[in-house]
Amino acid sequence: MGRQIVVPFGPQHPVLPEPIHLDLVLEDEVVVEAVPSIGYIHRGLEKLVEKREYTDYIRIAERICGICSFTHSVNYAESVEKVMGLEVPARAHYIRTILMEYSRMHSHMLWLGLTADAMGFENLFMNSWRIREAILDDMEMATGGRVIQGLCTVGGIRKDVPDEMLGQMSDHLKEITPQMEELCKIFSHDTSVRHRMRGLGVLTKEEMWELGGVGPTARGSNLPLDARCTGYSAYDELGFKPVVEKEGDCLARCIVRARELMAAADLVHAAVKKMPDGPVDVGKIKGGPDGEAFFFTEQPRGEVLHYVKGNGSKYLVRHRVRTPTFANIPPLVKMLAGVDLADVPVVVLTIDPCIGCMER
Amino acid sequence: MKDQNTTMRGIAVSDLVKETGAFKAKGCRLVQIGCTGIGDAYEINYTFDKDYVFETVRITVHDGDVIPSIAEHYWASFIYENEIHDLYGLTVEGMSIDFGGHLFHTAIENPFKNPPEVTKVEKETPAPGPEEGDA
Amino acid sequence: MANITKSPWIIHYDGSSCNGCDIEVLACLTPLYDIERFGIINTGNPKHADIFLITGGINYQNVDIVKNTYEQMVDPKVVVAVGICATSGGVFRECYNIMGGVNEVIPVDVYVPGCAVRPEAIIDGVVQALGILEEKRAQLEKEQGGAKK
Repeated sequence: MGRQIVVPFGPQHPVLPEPIHLDLVLEDEVVVEAVPSIGYIHRGLEKLVEKREYTDYIRIAERICGICSFTHSVNYAESVEKVMGLEVPARAHYIRTILMEYSRMHSHMLWLGLTADAMGFENLFMNSWRIREAILDDMEMATGGRVIQGLCTVGGIRKDVPDEMLGQMSDHLKEITPQMEELCKIFSHDTSVRHRMRGLGVLTKEEMWELGGVGPTARGSNLPLDARCTGYSAYDELGFKPVVEKEGDCLARCIVRARELMAAADLVHAAVKKMPDGPVDVGKIKGGPDGEAFFFTEQPRGEVLHYVKGNGSKYLVRHRVRTPTFANIPPLVKMLAGVDLADVPVVVLTIDPCIGCMER
Repeated sequence: MKDQNTTMRGIAVSDLVKETGAFKAKGCRLVQIGCTGIGDAYEINYTFDKDYVFETVRITVHDGDVIPSIAEHYWASFIYENEIHDLYGLTVEGMSIDFGGHLFHTAIENPFKNPPEVTKVEKETPAPGPEEGDA
Repeated sequence: MANITKSPWIIHYDGSSCNGCDIEVLACLTPLYDIERFGIINTGNPKHADIFLITGGINYQNVDIVKNTYEQMVDPKVVVAVGICATSGGVFRECYNIMGGVNEVIPVDVYVPGCAVRPEAIIDGVVQALGILEEKRAQLEKEQGGAKK
């Protein structure tokens, strides 16, 4: 048995765009234990509910994270709507759904690129991000924002997206789908990708359930856990099925995300086809939320939960967010035990860590 | 748009570990543990899920109370319990990994702690200035 | 641009941003915007870097890291605050854990506003930084030349 040493990993680390710190206990080159410590991006924004009215606070909720921004704003809006009993028009739900799927595509391509970069596959990184720009163009056309959309409000959406534009977006998506398919094929077939990821950081279905893992991280372990199955927004009408992979290693998690690109595109097409007419918001909202509610949505990174509690005034008492990365930390700690030091960046990336989300 | 199936009920602190064991036996996963400050007390919500039925049990505690950890049933609870310890200043006993208050580093200690009632006249000095920040 | 002769390298650090600006900084490196055509390379090593891009406000946890990174950079160096949070704290200004903009800790030369900031604006900010870098270099040469004599 070798001597144990502790190697700090992060916060300023070349493969991490965001700061996270891990203390890795090593025996020779192998990780025995990983102890995460966080707080480098902690802002304490949940406390801002005391200073912002609940309708304005959605702008803060959207900025919990700049990648999953749209889903956060929808989740916050839905939870407040649930407390207040607001019936949001179907068209608003459909447009929210379309944009949530767009943000999933852009997030997954961003992640695939970063993972390729962490493996030293620069060309694939550039290619993923090149395709991603086409998705961002459509999001910008529909909402005016590339990464922060500001479209969702409590009670609906701020501005309707006309049918012609939705058709245009759907057509454009069809054009870039072959490129996404090719990307998916590279990740599932390329030798160097397989070599770096196959059999690395394996967790079984049972372990994953036990540890509370969510999102593509869980679905890579054959666990069909997806909050979209609860049928929020328009998902109950679009024939949604979660994407799962059996192996439970880094490659499986990677392929889940790659395949979800196509699944997301299908959902967009289905939603555009079924798009109902009508208003996109409930009009003027009176009073403040009185009561409490939990609401779950599926972010690109997994299931996210918002809890709001109000007392009838314009200011909420509490807004709590449990983000997917937070839930995926215990699985990460288990995954890291037994991997080589050189593989740590890849394993850390495969849970798709979003530190901005996690620390709020 | 379907409604999500969420339920909530209050339980006694002494029943927490037993109730958690019942969820575990049912095959539920731990979704989250979250804390809310309400005046002079705290509500702690434990959410479990099986087949998208989200069941929440709630305990109510006060400053200085010791909360039992549910780590014997759910190892992964450490991340939430340490968060509650760091942000609210509550003590959780028996966590699977105890960070000793080093999970979240915040400018003010326990920022979400209920404010003590008598100190409202105190002047606001939330944090030390940038120059005094220790190296 | 014609008068720029050097290829400056940049280092990026995420203060406490929401990621929105970070991914836009990365987007600048990728084929559509491609700042590498100006000879700009993103490096992970502060000693190699000439331009320090910071996104997000400063919180009490990362003060030392930002200061350290800045001090490790070799003169002349330019700091670019990317996004409204790095400029002033932005929407998170009132959060208990946020100290404010980057200029609370280190001197900032260029401010790039926006939430999230657009890649075009980042490129514009970096190009402005190039001008300042050139001035600082000339100033440094003059001072060192004076000291020699």
